[in-house]
Parts: sequence; C-alpha cells; structure tokens
Amino acid sequence: MSFDLTHLRQLEAESIHIFREVAAEFENPCLLFSGGKDSIVMLHIAQKAFWPARLPFVVMHVDTGHNFAEVLEFRDRRVAELGARLVVASVQEAIDAGKVTEETGPRASRNRLQTAVLLDAIEQHRFDALFGGARRDEEKARAKERVYSFRDEFGQWDPKNQRPELWSLYNGRIRMGEHIRVFPISNYTELDIWQYIKDEQIEIPSVYFAHQREVFERDSMLLSTGPYITLMDGEEPFIERVRYRTVGDMSCTGAVESSADTVDKIIEEVAATRITERGATRADDKVSEAAMEDRKKEGYF
Amino acid sequence: MEMLRFATAGSVDDGKSTLIGRLLYDTKTIFEDQFEAVERASVQMGTEYTNLALLTDGLRAEREQGITIDVAYRYFATPRRKFIIADTPGHIQYTRNMVTGASTADLAIVLIDARKGVLEQSKRHAFLASLLRIPHLVLAVNKMDLVDYDQERFEEVRNEFRDFAAKLNIADLTFIPVSALHGDNIVDRSANMAWYQGPSLLHHLEEVHIASDRNLIDARFPVQYVIRPQSDEYHDYRGYAGTVAGGVFRTGDEVTVLPSGFSSTVKSIETFDGRVDEAFSPMAVTIRINDEIDISRGDMIVRPNNQPTVAQDIDAMVCWMNERISLRPGSKLVIKHTTRSTKVIVRDLSYLLDINTLHRDESAAQLSLNEIGRVQLRSQVPLFFDEYRRNRQTGSFVLIDEATNVTVGAGMILGPVS
Repeated sequence: MSFDLTHLRQLEAESIHIFREVAAEFENPCLLFSGGKDSIVMLHIAQKAFWPARLPFVVMHVDTGHNFAEVLEFRDRRVAELGARLVVASVQEAIDAGKVTEETGPRASRNRLQTAVLLDAIEQHRFDALFGGARRDEEKARAKERVYSFRDEFGQWDPKNQRPELWSLYNGRIRMGEHIRVFPISNYTELDIWQYIKDEQIEIPSVYFAHQREVFERDSMLLSTGPYITLMDGEEPFIERVRYRTVGDMSCTGAVESSADTVDKIIEEVAATRITERGATRADDKVSEAAMEDRKKEGYF
Repeated sequence: MEMLRFATAGSVDDGKSTLIGRLLYDTKTIFEDQFEAVERASVQMGTEYTNLALLTDGLRAEREQGITIDVAYRYFATPRRKFIIADTPGHIQYTRNMVTGASTADLAIVLIDARKGVLEQSKRHAFLASLLRIPHLVLAVNKMDLVDYDQERFEEVRNEFRDFAAKLNIADLTFIPVSALHGDNIVDRSANMAWYQGPSLLHHLEEVHIASDRNLIDARFPVQYVIRPQSDEYHDYRGYAGTVAGGVFRTGDEVTVLPSGFSSTVKSIETFDGRVDEAFSPMAVTIRINDEIDISRGDMIVRPNNQPTVAQDIDAMVCWMNERISLRPGSKLVIKHTTRSTKVIVRDLSYLLDINTLHRDESAAQLSLNEIGRVQLRSQVPLFFDEYRRNRQTGSFVLIDEATNVTVGAGMILGPVS
C-alpha cells in the first residue's frame, strides 16, 4: 500500500480542513460566489467538506448587474442543487438607492462599487467570515496574503500588519464588527484549478469554452459588445472565436482568442500560455502597478 | 504528481531573488506580463538591469523601501512535481517570517555567497530550519562564477558549514555549488564545474525522497467538526470530521477517544467520494465509530496502544512574534494546539537562545520580537500532544494575545514538564 497523495488531493485536503475550521470557529460565515471557475471549485470543495450535511453557511453573490446571463443561470441552478441559501448583494440596488454613484463615460466600471456593496452586505448580515476564491498565483499582493486575512471594522486589509500564520493553525479570533476573509484555495494555480475541474468532472459555465462572440478591442483586450458597454471612436466590433479565462463583470473582463472548446484543450492552452489570467483579461488590474493591493486595502475581495 | 513545499532564506545580497527568478524563469513560470511589469518598475526605479527581485517584492511599501516585508508564496511545476515556495526575507528582524515559511516546508534552501563563506546569517537560517524540523536542507553555495568555479573554495565553505551543522539536528544535508545569475547547476549540471558530481538544484528538488517524512506510525485524529445532517436520509448520522495528523486509521480499528478515554471501533471512514479503507496524513476525512460516545471538537481519536502525552504542563521552544508585548513568566495567553484552544499561563522561561551562537542565556527575563526561548506553560485543560520532533502537527502550537487577538508566538513542544 502506498501512502502517497497527488498534489490535487493534497490541495483539496488542505481546503477541506480550512472550510471545517471556519465552520467550527465562526458564528456566521458566508461563501462569496461569482459564478467564476474558482468560486465554482471552492463551492465544490465546500460540499465535500460537510457531506452528507448541507453547507453550514450561506452563499453570497455580489451582483454588479453586468453579468453573463449563462453565469447567472448557472449560479441559481448550482445553489438549488446544493440546497444552499443564496444572498444577492446588488450593485444596481445600491445605485438606485443612492448609496453609491455610478461612474460615467465609456470606461465606466462597476468594479469599485462592488467593494462598498460587499462591505454593506457584511454589516447588514453580520458575517464574521467570508470565503473567497482568490489564489496566490493570481497577483503579487495576493502572494503575500494569509489564508485567514484579517479585516478591521472598515473591512480594510493592512498588508504590513498581518497575523503570522504557521502550520495549519489558523487564528480566527476577532472582535465584533471585524471579520476574516478566508481563502481556502490559496495554493491552487490556474493550471491546478483546471486539472481539478477535469478530475472531478465539475461543470462550468459555457463562456469558459471557445465560442463565437461579437467583440471589440480596447487596451489590447477583447471586450464583449452588449448593453453594458459604450463603444468609443474607432472601436469596431467584429466576430471572433473566443473564450473567457476569468468571469467577472462584463464591462471589464476580456475574452481571449481561443479554439479550446473542451477542458482538455483548455488545460493544454493554460499550460502553454505566457500571460497571467489577470493580465490577459482584467482591465481593473491595469490601472497601476499596485492596483490590486490598493483595492484590497479598501476592502475588495 | 507529487507536491513539495520548500522555503528559501537569504537576503538580496545572497542572490535569493535571482535564484527564485531563475527557477521560475527556467521552468517557464514567469509570464510575459509579469516580466514586463517588472521591467517597467525597474525603469521607474532607475535600476540599470531588470531587477528580478521585483517579481517577489509584491507590496508597494516593499518596492518603495527596497525590502521584503513578508512571506510570499510562489508556485511552479515540472512534469514530476508541483512546488510551493515560501519565500522569506533573511534579515534578522524577520525571524518571524522565516519561522512562518519554515513551518510547512519539506525542504529549505539556504544560500551562501561563495566569496563570503558561512556568515552569521547563514547559521541563523540553518538553525531555524533545524528548529522547525524541516527534514531536508540544501546549502546552495552561490556566486560560484565569482570564485572561478573553484572546487577548493566550494569545499572550504562546505566543511565550514558541516562543522557548524554538526551541532544541529539536520536529517538530510545537501551541498550544491551554483550560480543563480548564470544558471549553473540550477536546472542542468554545469559545464563550468565538471568536478561536481551531484545533481542540479532542480533535479534534487524533483527527486528528494519526501514520502517517508510523514509520521505513519502514531495514529492521531484531532476532531475538527461534528457532522450531523439531521435530514431524513441521514437521520442518525454522526461523523467526526478532521484531518489525520499522524499514523494510519483503518475500518475496524480499535480506537480510544481523548480526553474521555472511552474505547470503540472505527465503523467507517467516509469522504464525499465514497468510503475509504484507510486514512493517513494529510487526508481530510470523516470517521464514524460503532458506539455512541460523546465526542466534540478538540477531542482526539487515537489507538489504545499508542497514545499521545496528555498533560497540562508543557515544555516548549517558543519563537516570539510580537513587537508590542513580550513573553514573561506570569503572562496569560490563548493557545491553539491541533483543534483545541484554551488558556495558558507562562510558568517559567528557562533560557533565551542566541540564534547566532546557540548560547543559552538563563538570566533572561522575557522574550521579545524574533527571540526564541525555552518556556514552560501550564494550560487550563489538558492537551494531547507529541514531541514536535516526532510529529509536527501534534507537536506545534500558536499563542494568541487575548487583548488584541493577534498571534504572538509559535511553539514547538519538547515534552511534558518533568
């Protein structure tokens, strides 16, 4: 008998351990679900951690109102299958209620507004722990973030003052009003995620696979045309065979040219690619060298 | 594919960032956009060359001050293994970070500048690696290009380090002469050092035998969470979820539950993917037992003929990690050990260890930031533990300050207070 575990089994075991630890030590956790592949994988592992019981926490979607229709459909179906409770924190409602102000102009994005809406929902529902699907290989600031990432009463991350985190001993002690962002899949890479999706035969929304779409080019990214985006002078829409490497707000998530229409082909593509997924597809990270760090400090995911 | 976690220690001067950059670059892990961002930042900072250290210095404050503040985790893979690097800064004030990175590492790479030889800093890193019981230590003698790839110089450095390492507990020590800048002995064997017969660094990382580093003898299952679905289908289901912290559990095994001492047998070991016949570290499973015993989080399932130490008076090495408060006899803290949290009081500080000289200062009255000492603790309720040297999971703990909720110390258990 061999006592070896593959890297995917080890990563999964670590994630399950984190889920159970949070469920045991927090009063009111919540899992942030965007319909993206990382949060789908995270939800899949959460299901494993508590089986045959249901998830001992709610699932929350911070909805910018600029979603892919197939992603929303996927979200609702998946949550129903799990018998989980879904909370939707709506950016549109926050705009309508005058709590936040929508950016204007062709480059308007609701990305920043998400932070305020998220923090509002945390306060309203008194969540004390929020699972997020962030990975450390995504971005430089995340490479240094703990699995248990402490947030003060303003939801802010202080990168210079993080709690030491050793072995698998996580410190979840907080005061009222503070919370912990928990990243159970911190140690997965993009390729690990895809290999895991393949091994586990996890269903993912169709936008991840190559399909024909009307797009246009902006800042060397392919953005989808649609109701949430205004074309600027010189931007010409055209039909291209594309897929999404990340799925977020339609107005700032870029597609990549691809013919990968199966998980196997995506794995091949990801293994060969020379550009990180955020670099290829996220306008929100291109604002500055420390864009992610700055947003995280404000309370972003 | 297997997974290997390793920690790197050293400062920019040792070429640590260059070494990591080289490993990432040669395994095609550095992406074009990351490289371009580093090039842009290098130009902005006015450096003449593309500074690979910027790849690992992620935070704005770090780039502004040119220092590394925190542990950064990096990932790369070869067809053979997936690697997780805990990249820790090497300055003395960052002992805290090194200990953090070392706590989960299977292997540590300590860098030495071939020109400078074994410095205090190298000794400190090696000592911390041995304190944290990292099973494999690699001494990378770097900048061999600057000593003309001289075999004699390599051997001098190796012998000097061996003399020092004899005082430490290092199970597996490997010396590799490298030039991170030029790639000698990093991925491929170097043509410049034909006298060196050993493996390249990457080859060693791929091949070093780690499967037997785990404890597969002492069965330990700290109960983490009790699963009770309370649904129609699983009406009477009661499962004990947790991560195996040592040994092997099998269906039918006779088990004892601590602290109650009640015995039963394993009815089944379950996962979402179905039942398994046996579970070992680090599997996360759910154990069901045949008798109805009251078991809750913080209890531990073990074998009747192989039990951990059950005690309230604990002798341990503690690394202090907080700048605002210090550890003194009489300090009251919260301890988190496996899945058990309780209060402890510091009974005594036997000595403070100078991590550069290994000198024991028995007159020390307190432990401050980045200091390591031998401490006796008394816990409010008994803890179930093994010596850290025997089991890193059941032998480790963290200390938390109740007033601020901050993690202030990390401990490695030596045994019960005799």
